[in-house]
Amino acid sequence: MNRRSWYGWFAAALALLGVAVVLGAMIGPAGAVSRANWHIVATVRLPRVALGGLVGGTLALAGASYQGVFRNPLVDTYQLGVGAGAGLGATVVMALGITGSRMGLSAGHAWPIVDPLPLAAFLGGLAAVFLTYVVGASFGGNRATLVLAGVAVTSLALAVQALILQRNNDVVRQVYNWLLGSLSSASWSDVRLALPYTVVSGAVLMAHRRHLDLLRVGEEEAQALGAPVRRIRLTVVVAATMATAAVISVSGLIGFVGLVVPHVVRMLSGSSYRSVLPISVVLGAAFLILVDIPGRALLHGAEIPIGVVTAMLGAPFFIVLLRTRQAAV
Amino acid sequence: MGSLAFDRVTVRYGERTAVAGFTEHVRAGEWLCLIGPNGAGKSSILRAVAGLVACGGSIDADGQALAARTTRQRAALVAYVPQVPELPDDMTAWEYVLLGRNPYIGYFGRESRHDQALVGAVLDRLGLRGFAGRLLGQLSGGERQKLVLARALAQQAPILLLDEATSALDVGHQQQALELVDQLRVEHGLTVVSAMHDLTLAGLYADRLVLLHQGHVVSAGPAAHVLRPETLSEFYGASVTVHTDDDGTVVVVPRRRREG
Repeated sequence: MNRRSWYGWFAAALALLGVAVVLGAMIGPAGAVSRANWHIVATVRLPRVALGGLVGGTLALAGASYQGVFRNPLVDTYQLGVGAGAGLGATVVMALGITGSRMGLSAGHAWPIVDPLPLAAFLGGLAAVFLTYVVGASFGGNRATLVLAGVAVTSLALAVQALILQRNNDVVRQVYNWLLGSLSSASWSDVRLALPYTVVSGAVLMAHRRHLDLLRVGEEEAQALGAPVRRIRLTVVVAATMATAAVISVSGLIGFVGLVVPHVVRMLSGSSYRSVLPISVVLGAAFLILVDIPGRALLHGAEIPIGVVTAMLGAPFFIVLLRTRQAAV
Repeated sequence: MGSLAFDRVTVRYGERTAVAGFTEHVRAGEWLCLIGPNGAGKSSILRAVAGLVACGGSIDADGQALAARTTRQRAALVAYVPQVPELPDDMTAWEYVLLGRNPYIGYFGRESRHDQALVGAVLDRLGLRGFAGRLLGQLSGGERQKLVLARALAQQAPILLLDEATSALDVGHQQQALELVDQLRVEHGLTVVSAMHDLTLAGLYADRLVLLHQGHVVSAGPAAHVLRPETLSEFYGASVTVHTDDDGTVVVVPRRRREG
């Protein structure tokens, strides 16, 4: 019942997002918004706010979708190896010097038509999540084995990445900065690079909300209820990975957003994916914009990378989640 | 609506043959109960009807092959209640029963007013309206069992498959659930195919029993015909006494084996 009660939470999340955008535009070393610093607001702060919102919303949406499709509240980009896989794909492109995005500009010429960075990140992430799934399923496919398989795949991807970096010393610093996850040099071109992928895959994920609820009763029962389980699973994993890879290629690895935000949403508005997905998008966007503000306001000149901030908040949260879920399962 | 014809249905899991050439016709509105020891192939037959396991031979519903239908079309014909249904603790009863409407909703569609109204009517019918907003994790075993039936009912399928659906309940709740299934069968003209372990209850509710052993039918017919001590001893390895009450009810009572 009360199927409309989540609209209230959605509205509240929207209001928080509005506050986050205003604060994000107002706060910075150059002071509040005025005619004098309008140029800074339009070319530095607003792109950063837009990118933060895009990245946060996308990571939260993808995280919630992974959790739904794997029926596991403990999985996210990191736990499934998607982050490391996408990172490996991106590292390859940077080492080859064929990217036009800001991370790659110093390394070589801009790629003329389609930037290969998001594509490489997507392929790397997709390969990683499939490997994790296959390995996890072959060991019983329960919640713990899936996470452990993700750890193994992550280690493998990181090892290959280290090998590539060792042979391409010139891109080490560039890749390392990117790995930390940062919004510090956000520009409108980053937003433009990630936007098409995230909008398309976001729409696909949103269209599968009802199916994610069906999967909650298990693969067999969902199929007996007439759900094409394999098609749903494949579509959702591909869309979530594409969205994740697109934002990872412009912001680097920002962890735990996809784990923390959907979980908070479930506690607030119930666990139906019908409401979890849309509220997670908005709350994820607001969350990342807000978390990014102290990082750039507190330390002038020496920013705290946002990936560090989210990991510091998210890792303890994950441990608490692991404990409580262990008691419940 | 709802007749079911099995023609030489075979189910294999790798090398093992679980069901070997099962041929049977279930009339619309009939209650057929599959009995037999563990591993006899009861569940495999039900799972084959639900499309959860591949099978040889053919299963027709109302004269049309089930295999020729899409997953969704099949779900509109056949509702399946598994032995251990998965009820997410944090899902509400309303959301759960609403899942039963999936066969009538397009891939990108959403539940219509009609679907919502129907779920309300099903909950009313089973006396569960008050539980609509409750989380499944907060409900008792009996209430949860009723909700699984409610979901199957919301599916509006003429064929209902029950795989040991009441085995986990105490005798009172078991009786209530089976009584409810029988009422619904009469009200909606449902065809019921169930797998059951309790032979007395099986004989009490089903029109016909089919006794399976290692994938083969070894006896079929009314309870008085199938439930005989020598038959049960042969295939279950059980030592039982069978009583027939004055009203024709067949009661199967286990007996202690006395040595020497």
